[in-house]
Amino acid sequence: MTTTQDPYAAGSRETTEGRVYTVTGGDWDQTFGSDLTGEERLVVNMGPQHPSTHGVLRLILDLEGETVTKARVTIGYLHTGIEKNTEYRNWTQGTTFVTRMDYLAPLYNEAGYCMAVEKLLGIEIPQRAATIRLLVMEINRIASHLVGLATGGMELGALTAMTNGFRERELCLDLLEEITGLRMNHAYIRPGGLAQDLPPGAVESIREWLTVMPKRLAEYHKLLTGQPIWQRRLKDVGYLDVTGCVALGITGPVLRAAGLPWDLRKVEPYLGYETYDFEVPTADTSDAWGRYLVRMAEMQESLKLVAQALDRLEPGPVMVDDRKIAWPAQLSLGADGMGNSLDHVQHIMAGSMESLIHHFKLVTEGFRVPAGQVYVPVESPRGELGYHVVSDGSTRPWRVHVRDPSFVNLQATAAMSEGGMIADVIAAIASIDPVMGGVDR
Amino acid sequence: MSNDGGAPTPGPDGGQQGIGGGPAGGFRRGAFGVSGSGDTSGFGGLVRVEPGGAVALHSTERPYGGWFDEVTDALVEAVGQATYAAAVQRVLVDRGEITYFVHREHLLTLAQALRDDEALRFELLSSLSGVDYLDSGGPEVTPGRPRLHVVYHLTSMTYRRRIRLEVAVTAEDPHVPSLTGIYPTADWQERETYDMFGVVFDGHPSLTRILMPDDWDGFPQRKDYPLGGVPVEYHDATIPPPDTRRAYR
Repeated sequence: MTTTQDPYAAGSRETTEGRVYTVTGGDWDQTFGSDLTGEERLVVNMGPQHPSTHGVLRLILDLEGETVTKARVTIGYLHTGIEKNTEYRNWTQGTTFVTRMDYLAPLYNEAGYCMAVEKLLGIEIPQRAATIRLLVMEINRIASHLVGLATGGMELGALTAMTNGFRERELCLDLLEEITGLRMNHAYIRPGGLAQDLPPGAVESIREWLTVMPKRLAEYHKLLTGQPIWQRRLKDVGYLDVTGCVALGITGPVLRAAGLPWDLRKVEPYLGYETYDFEVPTADTSDAWGRYLVRMAEMQESLKLVAQALDRLEPGPVMVDDRKIAWPAQLSLGADGMGNSLDHVQHIMAGSMESLIHHFKLVTEGFRVPAGQVYVPVESPRGELGYHVVSDGSTRPWRVHVRDPSFVNLQATAAMSEGGMIADVIAAIASIDPVMGGVDR
Repeated sequence: MSNDGGAPTPGPDGGQQGIGGGPAGGFRRGAFGVSGSGDTSGFGGLVRVEPGGAVALHSTERPYGGWFDEVTDALVEAVGQATYAAAVQRVLVDRGEITYFVHREHLLTLAQALRDDEALRFELLSSLSGVDYLDSGGPEVTPGRPRLHVVYHLTSMTYRRRIRLEVAVTAEDPHVPSLTGIYPTADWQERETYDMFGVVFDGHPSLTRILMPDDWDGFPQRKDYPLGGVPVEYHDATIPPPDTRRAYR
């Protein structure tokens, strides 16, 4: 064999079965020169319909080999104009719109919106309503984190994480359905309190769920946390430190995984969070692995919060006394969701004309909210969910702007994935856990 | 196709005058052409008591109370009394929140000081959004009125404080300096505000539409842009807007 002979050329030998060729790799060095990067620039479009982009998200990636040199993000495929729509509906109807933004955390949208309206009105909600709000929001947080884990796992090929995540999430949704009448988009939290009280049997169901969930969450640690593939897919992927997070406005688990214990439930408590015993989990890895651990730990903390809230439930009203604000209808849970109770319909249609007028005025026209503007942030599963609500004194919002954490956090995509491998882009985006309904609104 | 009540007469094509044929005076009233009644089903402009009301008109005199004075003093010290007086038109304390109404020429100076000064430390730009206050006189667009407001919510993670800056510009000259150099998070939020309100952020690295299609005409969240009223185009088909499909009155 001489030095000029191609060592990778297909060799052949005769066998009893015929001639067999042995094909090895081409001689790329001689064909393309030694610098294989630098010359080739490949632009790859991913999405908006792609199973691994966490929703209708479009990525435009500049690649050199498998290395991403530039990541551009295009959004807007799920834009629904909800902010504009709320300006054409009365204050109570706004709840049913905002709940559809971040559809994995509907109760946070409702709570943020209603707290903003209540701040504009200058009213305090009853204690029981506050406790139940906190309770359903923490159940919702667990459901949301489970979906983040499930879809994130699916995008990385861990299909058991997906099936298990959705299985446990279904337990959460069953609870929320029992309490609110609907699995998602509940419209349960209303300005002034709640649509209705906890139905009979709900407390027992939640207690039973509280005994099941810790075992189920422990299974995730067995399934994923110790698993080498899962670790290697997440560790050192999607790195973003505290400075980067604050500059880009990133909040929520991503910021806490960078080491800053910034959780609005602790730093700007609302609904009485300051009186509850819970921790703010953090990690110091600033990567997708840390975010996974933070979310796992947050689910445990949410279980603690739900248990404490259950213990604190005192009988009482779940809507403000003010008849000019409180929804006049008495709602009841039916087989097909929530609706007016027959007793109430009987009362207004046959019993009291004044009640009918009151019902009609409040339901069709709505209540007035004094002019002004407020900004109310709540800690949603994805970070700071802020409601900037402006009133001009009428029965409809003048402007509702939602500072959605998914929208802001998604800006970190480029910082997290440029310079890494293309497969790690998926892990990085999954670790942000954006919900496109919230991003596009 | 019949109309109930005192609705306008149908046009020659069976459509509604002033609705299907384009909004009168560039302004469309009502979501589905509702007019002349105590509209209960959509936007009818029931009450227009000084849009923005307290927000647009009033101001608070010192002392503001609480930590508001500390922040204001620190801001004055950081930028100098002369700059502060020139930059801040007025201050409003309402519902436990403080708003500084700022001239756009001095926005960057203030933001830089608010972020960097040790006594201020507003590290996080929580939210940036637009509000169209239109006009107090009614649904007519008055030129020269600074109707477009850009609202900045700043958060100090060090001191756990929140303040609001507000810049007002006219629709004819909707230019505001971009905060992307100071707060990189402003990038997408400014693009959204441009997309929805047509506020042009000078100095933004790539001010393009973000939620609406690139070739979209108009700024959807301005108050003189109707809800609905836009035909939806599909391949080889156009679906007319709901208010012109059939008589809703």
